Amino acid sequence: MTSLRKCFQSQWSTKELLLTIGFFIFIAVVLMADAASANEIGHDHPPSRRAAVNPSFGHVVRVLTLQDYNTRVVLLGTVLLGISGGIVGTFMLMRRRSLVGDVVGHTALPGIAVAFLVMEAISPGQGRWFPGLMMGAFIASLLGLVLTTLIRKYSRIREDAAMAIVLSIFFGFGIALFTIIQNIPTGNAAGLNHFIFGKAASLVAADVKFIGWSSLAVLVMSLLLFKEFALLCFDEDFATTQGWPVLILDLSLMLMVVTVGIVGVQSVGLLLVAAMFIIPAVAARFWSDRLLWMTIISAVLGGVSAALGVIASALVPRLSAGAIIVLMGTFFFVLSLILGTRRGVLRRWLIQLHLRRKTARLDLMRACYEYLEPLIIKANGRAASLMTKQTLEFNRLLGMRTWSRRRFNLALKLAGDADLIYSLSPTKFRLTETGANEARRVVRNHRLWELYLIHYADVAPSHVDRDADTIEHVLSADLITELNLLLAERFPHMTVPPSPHAIDPHIIESTEEPAASAVDP
Amino acid sequence: MFAEFWAILFDWGAIDTWIVLTAALASMACALPGNFLVLRRQSMMGDAISHTVLPGIVIAFLLTHHLLQSGVIDDSSRGTTMHLAMFIGAIIFGILTALLTEWVQKLGRVESTAALGVVFLSLYAVGLLLIRRAADNVHIDPDCVLYGMVETAWMDTIGESSVPRMAVVNGSVLLVNAILVVLFYKELKISAFDPGLATTVGVNASAMHYGLMCVTAITLVASFESVGNILVIAMLIVPAATAYLLSDRLSHMIVISLVVAAASALFGHVAAMTLPPIFFRRIGFTTVTSASTPGMMAAVAGLFFIAALLAGPRHGLLSKLLQRFSLRLRIVREDVLGFLYRREESQQSGNEPVVISRKRISESLHHAGWILSTLAIRQLLQRERILMTPEGYRLTESGRRTAQKLVRSHRLWESYMARHFDLPEDHLHETAARVEHFIDVDLRETLASELEGLEIDPHGREIPPAVDEPTAD
Repeated sequence: MTSLRKCFQSQWSTKELLLTIGFFIFIAVVLMADAASANEIGHDHPPSRRAAVNPSFGHVVRVLTLQDYNTRVVLLGTVLLGISGGIVGTFMLMRRRSLVGDVVGHTALPGIAVAFLVMEAISPGQGRWFPGLMMGAFIASLLGLVLTTLIRKYSRIREDAAMAIVLSIFFGFGIALFTIIQNIPTGNAAGLNHFIFGKAASLVAADVKFIGWSSLAVLVMSLLLFKEFALLCFDEDFATTQGWPVLILDLSLMLMVVTVGIVGVQSVGLLLVAAMFIIPAVAARFWSDRLLWMTIISAVLGGVSAALGVIASALVPRLSAGAIIVLMGTFFFVLSLILGTRRGVLRRWLIQLHLRRKTARLDLMRACYEYLEPLIIKANGRAASLMTKQTLEFNRLLGMRTWSRRRFNLALKLAGDADLIYSLSPTKFRLTETGANEARRVVRNHRLWELYLIHYADVAPSHVDRDADTIEHVLSADLITELNLLLAERFPHMTVPPSPHAIDPHIIESTEEPAASAVDP
Repeated sequence: MFAEFWAILFDWGAIDTWIVLTAALASMACALPGNFLVLRRQSMMGDAISHTVLPGIVIAFLLTHHLLQSGVIDDSSRGTTMHLAMFIGAIIFGILTALLTEWVQKLGRVESTAALGVVFLSLYAVGLLLIRRAADNVHIDPDCVLYGMVETAWMDTIGESSVPRMAVVNGSVLLVNAILVVLFYKELKISAFDPGLATTVGVNASAMHYGLMCVTAITLVASFESVGNILVIAMLIVPAATAYLLSDRLSHMIVISLVVAAASALFGHVAAMTLPPIFFRRIGFTTVTSASTPGMMAAVAGLFFIAALLAGPRHGLLSKLLQRFSLRLRIVREDVLGFLYRREESQQSGNEPVVISRKRISESLHHAGWILSTLAIRQLLQRERILMTPEGYRLTESGRRTAQKLVRSHRLWESYMARHFDLPEDHLHETAARVEHFIDVDLRETLASELEGLEIDPHGREIPPAVDEPTAD
C-alpha cells in the first residue's frame, strides 16, 4: 500500500493516472455503446454458412477483391486485433513476460461463465448480453494477472509456476462452470464455446466495432505513454529511482494486455490468443534493435498475418481461422528468423563467413611476410622492392602455419581475387605492390598487439602469438594509432617491428639465415 | 443445507468410487514429474507440452486410422494399436517441443519463455487445424479433449471385471513414474537443484532434461483422456507447488504432492456432485445436476494451494506475518525497557524510583503504532518487567536487569563501531539502536573483551556492567 501511495504522490503521476482512468472509462463507454447498437446491427448480417466444397473461381475473386461484406467486416476486425496484439506484445516481450497472454486467455473463461450465470440469474434468457460477458472476462483476466504478480512477489513460488497455477486453476473452474451452463436450457444455445476456439470467421459488424475501438484505445495509449513504457521495459529499477509511477505504468500495461486479450479471445479463441502477443513481437525482434521500430514491425506483422489468415480461411473450407492466423504468424517468424536484418540467422552467418574469409586472407599475407622476413632484415632499408621481386613457394608457405590445405587454397584464391598476389606457375607466386603493403600492414598490426600484450597485459613473449592471432583482425584504427605511438618510442627507425618471439621453429630450421628475428624486447 | 449435502453423498455408488479412483491415479501420476518441473522452473514447459501433445495425438490417430482402413493393420487389434500410436505421437511431440524451443532459443537468441511460447502455440495451432480438418471422417471430439471423460470411465471396462480401462492405464503410468523416480532419485535431485554440479559429478543433465520431458509427455497423454487436455496442467503443477510451499525436503515434497493430488480428486468429485444442486438450485437454475469433475478437481487443488500459501508453517504468508509481528513486538518491548532505563540514569536522585507517564513512553516509540505499544506494555506488565503507578510506569528489578543488558549491548556496539570504523559520532546511535536487539550474551561479552574493559561509550555515558544471572526475555 505504501508503494501505491507513493505512486499517487509522485509528481509524474498525474498524466499516467488520468490516462489509465480515461482508458477504463473509454472501454466502458464503448461496451455500453456496443450494447445499444448490438441489437440493431448484430442480427442484420448473420454469418454466411459457406458450403464445405472446394471454392469456385468466382468465390476466390469475390474474397480477394473484398466484395463480400462479411469478409470485409471480419478482415477489418482481425487486422485491428493483430495490430494491437503486436504492439502490446512487444512491450511484454521486452519485459520478459511473453507468456502473460496465455494467462489472460485462460483466465478469461471463468469470467465469461460467471458473467453468464449472473446475468441468467438476474433475468433468464439474457445471459448472452455481450458487453456483460466481456466485462466478466476483463475482470477475471485482470484478477488472474494480479494474482500471478502477488504469488510471485509474496511467496517462494517462481513466476513460471505462478502463471501455470493461476491459468490452470482458473481454467479448471471455468470448465466446471461451463458444464453447469450446459445443463441450463438456455445455456445450450449460448454458443459460449466460441470463446474457447474462437469465431473469427463469423464476426459481425458490432464485434468489429468493439474490436476497433479497443484497438484504437490501445494504440493511443501506447503512443502517449511510449517513452514511459520503454523505460519500464528496459530498466524498471532506474524508472523507480527516477520517480516514475512504476506501479501505475505496470497496471496500465496489464490493462492493455487484458483488453487485447479478451477481444482476441472472442475471435481467435482463448487457447490461441497468446500467439497474437508473442509471435509477431518475437519475429520483429529479428529486424530491429530499436523499440519504436520493433513495435511498428510487430504491429505490421500482426496485422498482415491476421489478414492472410482470414483470407485463407475464407477461401478454404473447414480451416479454423484462429489456427491459420497463428500459423501465418509462425511463417513470418521463421522468415524473420532466417532473413532478419538485425538478428537473423542468415545475416549472422554471412558476417561469420566474411570474417572467416578475411581472416584467411590476412593470415596468408602474414605468412608471406614471415616467409620473406629473413631476407628483409638482411637487406635492411631496401625492403619495399625486395618483397615484390621474391618468388614464394607454395609448399613451404603451407608449412608456415597450421592450416589445412583447403583453407590455404581458399586463402590463395581470395588473395588472388583481391590482387594481392599473382601466380607464376601452379606452385610459385609473387606478391603485388598492394600485396606487399598489405602484408606489411598485417604483420605490423600483429606485432603491435603482441607488443601491447607484453607491455601492458604482462603476458610472456612466448604466449602472445596466439592471442594476437585472434585479435589482429579486429583492431580498430584508433587503437592502431595509439599502438603506433608506443611503437615509435621503442623502435624509432622501423616500419615493421621485429617479432618478440621466434616465428615458428621448423621454419627457422629450414631457412639458411640465422634466426635474426628473434629479438626479445 | 447439510442434510441436503449428506443426502447427495448417501447416493455414492461404485461408479463414484471408480471415478474418484481413476481421477486420483491420473492426478498422482501427473504430480510426480510435476515436482521436478516446479523445482527446475519449467512449469510453463509442462503447460506447453500439455498443449503440444495434441498435434502428436491427432497425427498418430489419423495415421493409424488410415493404416487400419487400408488394411495394413488388422482391425482386431484396433484399440491397442490406437493407444500405442497415440503414446508414440505424444512422446515425439513432447520431445520436439523441448528440442525446438532450445533450437529457437539458441539460433535466434530469443529469450527462453518467448521461444517456448512461439513453439508451443504454433504446434498447438497445427493440432487444432488438423482436428478441425479431420473431424468429418474421424471421430475426435474437441470437447472430450478439453473436458476429459472421467465421468464415463466406468463404461469402458477391462474384460468382464468392473475395473475401468482408464484406471488401469493411469495406475500403470503412476507405477512406472514411481519406479523411475525411485531409480533416478539422486540424479533427478541433483540436476533439479544444481545442473552445473550435476554435470561436474558425471550426471548427464541434458539426458535428465529430455528424460523428464519424455515422461511428462507420456503421463500427460495417459491422463489426458481422463482429465482433459488443459486440466492436466493443473494436476501437473498445482499439487507440486502446494507441496513446495509446505516442505523443504524433496522426499517430503513428493509425498505431500501425491496426497494433495489424491485429495483434490476426492474432494473435487464431491464438489462436482454436491455444489451444483445445492448452490445453483438456490439461485434459480433448477436443471443443473452436476459439474465437470476434472474442472472441480482443478478448483479444489487451487483451494489447497491457497490454503498452503496463506497458512503454510514456514513459508505461509500468515506465519511470516506472525513472525514479523512478534519480532516487532519484542523490539518495542525492549525499546520501552531501554527508554525507562535511560530515564532512570539521567533523572535518578537518591532512591526515588523514576516514574514515566504513558504519554512520554508513547512519544519515545515514534515508530510503533498504538496497537504495538499497548500490547508491548501489557506484556511487560504481565511479565513483571514494569510496574504501573498512578503517575505512570517504572522498572522492576528484573526489568532493570533486562534493560541493562540491552543498554550494555547498545553502548558496546557504539564503542566498537567508533573504534573500528571511521564513522562520525552522530552516525553511531541509529545503527546501534537497530543492532542492540540482535546481540546475544556471547556477542556482548566478545565485544566487551575486544574493547578491553572500556567503561565510557563515545557519547560519554557509562557502559553498564554485565548482568550476572541470565533472565528470560
